[in-house]
Amino acid sequence: MPLANTRLTMNLAWRNLWRHSRRTWLTVGAMVFCNALLVFTVSTQQGSYQSMIENSLNLFIGQLQVQHTEYLAEPKLRYSIPQATALAQQLRESLNASNTFAELTIATRASAFALASSDNRSFGLQISGVEPSREPGLSSLPGQIAEGRYLVDFDASEIVIGKVLARNLQVGVGDEITLLGSGRDSSFAAGFATVVGIFDSGVNDIDRAMTQMPLGYFQSLFAMQDQAHSIVISSAKLTEAAALQQQTQALISHHRDLAARDWDALLPGLNQAIMSDMLSAGFIYLVLAVLVAFSVLNTQLMSVLERTREFGILTALGVRPGQLGTLVILETLIMAIIGLVLGIAFGFVLTSWFSYSGIAFEGMEEMASKFNMASRLYPKITLLSLTFGPIVVFIGCMLAAIYPALRLLSIEPVEAMRAA
Amino acid sequence: MDLHSIATLAWRNLWRNYRRTLIMLVAVAVGAWAMIFLTAMTRGMIDNMVSSGIATLPGHIQIHHPQYRDDPNIENSMPPPDTTLLAALDSTAVERWSDRVRVSAVVASERDSRGVLLLGIDPSRALGITAADIVEGRFLQSSDDKGLIIGAKLARRLETDLGKRVVVMSQDPDNNVVDRGLRIVGIFTAKLESQEESQVYTGRDYAQKMLNMGDRISEIAVHGHDYNALATLAQDLAVAAPALELLTWTELDPFLGITQQMMDSVVFIYVLVIFSALSFGLVNTLVMAIFERTREIGLMLALGMRPISIVLQTVAEALLLLTLGLTLGNALAALTLWLLAAGIDVSAVAEGMAMIGASGQLTPSFYWQDLILANTVVFILGVLASLLPAWRASHLDPVTALTKN
Repeated sequence: MPLANTRLTMNLAWRNLWRHSRRTWLTVGAMVFCNALLVFTVSTQQGSYQSMIENSLNLFIGQLQVQHTEYLAEPKLRYSIPQATALAQQLRESLNASNTFAELTIATRASAFALASSDNRSFGLQISGVEPSREPGLSSLPGQIAEGRYLVDFDASEIVIGKVLARNLQVGVGDEITLLGSGRDSSFAAGFATVVGIFDSGVNDIDRAMTQMPLGYFQSLFAMQDQAHSIVISSAKLTEAAALQQQTQALISHHRDLAARDWDALLPGLNQAIMSDMLSAGFIYLVLAVLVAFSVLNTQLMSVLERTREFGILTALGVRPGQLGTLVILETLIMAIIGLVLGIAFGFVLTSWFSYSGIAFEGMEEMASKFNMASRLYPKITLLSLTFGPIVVFIGCMLAAIYPALRLLSIEPVEAMRAA
Repeated sequence: MDLHSIATLAWRNLWRNYRRTLIMLVAVAVGAWAMIFLTAMTRGMIDNMVSSGIATLPGHIQIHHPQYRDDPNIENSMPPPDTTLLAALDSTAVERWSDRVRVSAVVASERDSRGVLLLGIDPSRALGITAADIVEGRFLQSSDDKGLIIGAKLARRLETDLGKRVVVMSQDPDNNVVDRGLRIVGIFTAKLESQEESQVYTGRDYAQKMLNMGDRISEIAVHGHDYNALATLAQDLAVAAPALELLTWTELDPFLGITQQMMDSVVFIYVLVIFSALSFGLVNTLVMAIFERTREIGLMLALGMRPISIVLQTVAEALLLLTLGLTLGNALAALTLWLLAAGIDVSAVAEGMAMIGASGQLTPSFYWQDLILANTVVFILGVLASLLPAWRASHLDPVTALTKN
């Protein structure tokens, strides 16, 4: 019996499947349903994670920061980087010279706490000192100026504040605010700054809490000399973050006090929130895959049982039980492949439609502002999102075929042929 | 044919192919288990977020000067509750309430300074941070306690400690800067670290004196009995305080409110998706069962059994299968939830949990309504799904069916 002939085995498997076309389609249907659904949900997750990461990075931290080793745990004025702008320039030259990275933006920042007072009001504020010429390439705030202009001069006594803070301080563009705090050397820091711009990010907490002033003036106000707290490095491609981190770390290795920290270290909550979301979604995916696998198990076990007689005859004719097992595995493989291909195709069409039109639902706006996301969700189709779910389902289906196939190994020809 | 014999037939049919039935039983059970378990875990997560959120706000309901939320300034304070409002606050619908002074301030130690919220509270009716949250030192003892209570994280940031003095700066209603040196008498920890870093507490009367605000307060926070049933209480309080702004937690923290509101839809989607994956197998099982019995059904029809009896018999088979599967699934879910009742430690991703406003301990929350929903959906949709194969079986042509080998 030439069952060893692959072509013949294939033919047999294919024909066997369509002996019960309805059953086969129902089983394949379960796979297609799950696969299409998984393609859609995984793509949507990827889209929302990306939007969360990009917006958070744009808003606060960039992809990578060089900081004093203690600064992350204890953001204090004294944990600063000496000759920061010079070091930033050096990094800029070295990293660009290596030609490994897409467009890089590198800028220095510093941060301090101060009591800000207008004529009528006082508030405690976190103030960032930034490089006016470089900051727009790094963060989204400069692009959100609703009134006035962004900072221009490195040394000017100017400040940009958020819409809510402007309302609370009762100041407008052109007004002066007084700043009181302590300098790096614990001296008394006092000065004033003119509000030149008011930004509107759409998120109240940001518009209440974030302010920026030119780094030069910041350094003189807080007795920082040429020091800053972070050198922020951002590449046009998020995927380069790891390589960028390694190379930067190598470049600053002679500074014992400094460390290059990637966004995951800077904002550990973000990745953890994503991880826990992925984990709970993964549980649902697993349940779906298991249910599909049960469906396959049922179908294949039935199809083996109803063919007991037939298989008995085949073994009596000299076909080895192992070959019968292969046949059953092959049948399942064909179903799983049809399910995989159709599932990915349907999932792709469904997801493409939504990645074009975007998804919005009730509550989306609140969620978007909480997690710094866009107010519409755009699923992102990648190789991973297209194949992850379908491959899990595929593996589940193939595992389900093992038991029916194993049953065939212990087949007794005479007994089998007597079966009804 | 009477119902009793239909049921007997269905039951026997079910066990003719016990392997297939068992596989399907397990599939239904896994589906039902997943629905209930998943829902309880998700509900637990949301309840965690809501309770953390309410503890941070704090309160189920807050009452403010109408301008206070937009501009949380000392100018936008309000007089203490008058007799009408007091009567409403002391009603049985209110579990606890707290009147607080809440202004932004700056705390400075010798080493560093930070912007914080200064809260002046009456310790006898504290909400949010209470004596239970104190890890070092003591809680405030009276409304005119001059001591300061700060969070553990803020203490680290300021490099200060219990017993030391810090300067608290804020402004009075005439916009004069006021500052006092206060001794730290207690250190608290909170579920959410942000709260530890941003809030300091002192006695309400002392805060009023320091800020020159007479007996005025910034807010009243109210706890009802059930945070999901606040409508009547909010209505009563609003009537008692017509000039003030009254907001429930769903309005104070819209993200939390909308998340809670969306939960019912989310649960429904979970249940529906899992059922859909299950339905293919269910229909398949019935189609196979009928296919095997084509001759037999043809014979029954030829002998004069009415088609409706065939339908009933098939639906009864599905019904028995679903009932058994659901029972097993519910039992499994009950067992899992019972085992996890103490909660799962997710502190490995604590910062991520903090980001969504939840603490590092995840406890499942079981709601009867979810259990009923899951069971009803599986049962009703399952029976509906069995109608198609049943209908086809009852319309077999007896002659063709009989001659089928």
